[in-house]
Amino acid sequence: METSIIIEGVIAFFLVIAGIFGIVGSFGMIKLTETMQRLHAPTKATTLGVGGVLIASMLYFFLVKGDFSFHELMITLFLFLTAPISAHFIAKTYMQANTRPTDLPETGGDYGWSIYDDPPVRSDTPE
Amino acid sequence: MITMALTFAFACFGLGLVLNLWRIATGPDSADRILALDTMVINIIALLILYGIWQGTAVYYEASMLVAMVGFVSTVAYCRFVLRGDIIE
Repeated sequence: METSIIIEGVIAFFLVIAGIFGIVGSFGMIKLTETMQRLHAPTKATTLGVGGVLIASMLYFFLVKGDFSFHELMITLFLFLTAPISAHFIAKTYMQANTRPTDLPETGGDYGWSIYDDPPVRSDTPE
Repeated sequence: MITMALTFAFACFGLGLVLNLWRIATGPDSADRILALDTMVINIIALLILYGIWQGTAVYYEASMLVAMVGFVSTVAYCRFVLRGDIIE
């Protein structure tokens, strides 16, 4: 099936952008010096790189192969939902090992920080 | 043109895997290693989808979806283990 030069150009553009974002995200992991700085590079740039690959894949199968599917959108949605949760857990892991409770401000509530204290127990919870 | 762009993207994500492996080997903290493993999973998802484009089949979506789910669950489980000493409390 003959494809026009514009369609090929658009797909190739998304693939190149995705590759650049992917390599930037992984290079930031060894370039940055602090762990909390290193948390920024993969969670943002690499996720965007995978999003570019998925857009290129969707365009390729829709415009060149001729069948449209929602699988890529599912993977994109899943990755964009789980990347912040993973980053949150990794940040908590780092804080638990490297930050003392005296370095943190008061929570302003009835309970302390969740990484140091046990979760609060509700009195009306059935045992 | 698509073939050249695919080769470029393959090279970028493969080099990214090597850089993540470097961070796993030298990471001073366990949080660094968890982060590098999570990034490796994301790079492998990208490589699987690129291979699906290369082969022209839609089989690799399911594989990449499964890898995404297993990667997220393993990252959370590893973090929970380091944080609380237990995965399911």
